[in-house]
Amino acid sequence: MADNRGVLVFGEVKDGALTGLAREGVALGLQLAGEAGGQVTAIVIGPDAEAQAKELIASGAQKVYTFESADLADYQPDAYLQVLLKAVETANPKVIVLGQTDTGKDLAPKLAFRLKSSLSMDCVDVTLEDGKLVATKPVYGGNAQGIYESDADLHAVTLRAKAVEALEPDGSRLGEIVALDAPIDESAVRVRVVEVKRQEAEGIRLEDASVVVSGGRGFGGPEPFEQLEELAKVLGGAVGASRAVCDAGWLDHSYQVGLTGKTVTPDLYIAVAISGASQHMAGCSGSKNIVSINKDKDSNIFKESRFGVVGSWEEVLPAFIEMVKELRGS
Amino acid sequence: MHVICFIKQVMDPETPTASFKIDSATNAVAPVQGVAPVVNGFDENAVEAALRLKEDHDVTITVISLGKNLVLDVIKKPLSMGADELILLQDDAFEDGDAYSIGYALAMAVKKVGDFDLIICGRQASDTDRGQVALAVAENLGLPAITMAKRVEVKDGKVVVERVRTDGSEIVEAPLPALVTVSNELGEPRYPTLRGIMQAGRKSPTVWTAADIGADPAKLGANGRVVSLSKLFIPEVEGECELIEGENDADAGRKLALKLREAKLI
Repeated sequence: MADNRGVLVFGEVKDGALTGLAREGVALGLQLAGEAGGQVTAIVIGPDAEAQAKELIASGAQKVYTFESADLADYQPDAYLQVLLKAVETANPKVIVLGQTDTGKDLAPKLAFRLKSSLSMDCVDVTLEDGKLVATKPVYGGNAQGIYESDADLHAVTLRAKAVEALEPDGSRLGEIVALDAPIDESAVRVRVVEVKRQEAEGIRLEDASVVVSGGRGFGGPEPFEQLEELAKVLGGAVGASRAVCDAGWLDHSYQVGLTGKTVTPDLYIAVAISGASQHMAGCSGSKNIVSINKDKDSNIFKESRFGVVGSWEEVLPAFIEMVKELRGS
Repeated sequence: MHVICFIKQVMDPETPTASFKIDSATNAVAPVQGVAPVVNGFDENAVEAALRLKEDHDVTITVISLGKNLVLDVIKKPLSMGADELILLQDDAFEDGDAYSIGYALAMAVKKVGDFDLIICGRQASDTDRGQVALAVAENLGLPAITMAKRVEVKDGKVVVERVRTDGSEIVEAPLPALVTVSNELGEPRYPTLRGIMQAGRKSPTVWTAADIGADPAKLGANGRVVSLSKLFIPEVEGECELIEGENDADAGRKLALKLREAKLI
């Protein structure tokens, strides 16, 4: 960044709270700025933008633009796009960083193609080399990774969750907060979110659970998931599933773990009758410990597991659950 | 109502991981003997979404595909599902593009097709997993775009979409003409009927070159790209799995629980 233009990070807010990816984006911004100069600026939109701006500064942002708006608590595609365009115009960054989230996936391409910037999405690694952006992302459902390069004047990237570690928040970090003057042009708003339907999660949310027990195609139907529910209850965890299970209608798509679906990072991930296709591993390989039960000893899942049993789940699982209960005294 | 769908031929994502290899000389995935390519799954969901609109509307569906080495039996699948017309964009000038150049080519093809109400396509291709091209087309054509649909309806000159979120969904609206990308939550694409397969057999795709769509060669393929692939590789998976054995499967299950306790995981 010979021109010291710095990095602009989208400080995404969801359900009233700053997202982890916003803070991870700031950490990436600092890495990129560290490679070649410039400062890290963030933009935060919503009714509590000022408070979240302070959080972003505590996480390393050197400057934060705020756009306070009660109407923009939830994502509104065209309105957010207008605010982001104004932020880019004001900050004049070399790189724009967003998270690979529901919002980021929609917003990043719209922003990039409007600005004619380069666009690299779902990145697990991003560096700048003499102004050239080098981004690594999983392709072919996670079977491979591609390294993409661009020497465009402006770059946009979306970052995969947990690819970069956020800085420990530190209230003594200093930064500037500036209200962004970006009047929304209502006549240019065509795409509108008219209703948000949040799924009422029973028990622990899959994304937050420290233990996840997942079942796959090998279950052959929805019934065996009752056993997983029981196991999850004993371990204080949540139940997940592979895409095949959800596409077959055995469980709702809200249970889906994978590239399409949820990304989980529990301490313990127990995979039963899951072969471990890359598509699935993309959603769970960040787990601290993977334990698998599968009848096929050549299953891909064993390659990423710490412990495993080669056997039929019909025999292994009930005995496993009984012993877990005994050990947990429940 | 005229709906345009984009489809892409991809390597079968069900190809066993063990046979997935990369040819480092070409920086591409080595073809696997005996595994036929397929229509990208999300694009089949998109064709399904278009076909479902036929229940309430008089709909004509035009399918456009850009690519080389297309297998006719594969790429004609949307026709056998019930789509009306297939246009193939085939020209060496389209090759080695990124979202900018492919999006430009598809947008030029749409302009040549003429009037339409809605473009529906998959949320991403299962090879590059980028999810960019559709939005590049929307920007080129100045269309409002909605991504990640699990339900697509048209009423009162608007498209009404239920969009997938990780914590539920949201209802999103835009005026027509518009572009929508579809996710697998929409539901399984229908199987072609025998009648559909026979009708598709009698249809020949229209083939357009870069010149046919009036595209500027400087904006196509490698000439028009902003991002290029420098390396494709298979990431190494570290770690070794400790397999727990027992006298029988049930015993192994019990021993696994003891092992997890020993490792302080439960």
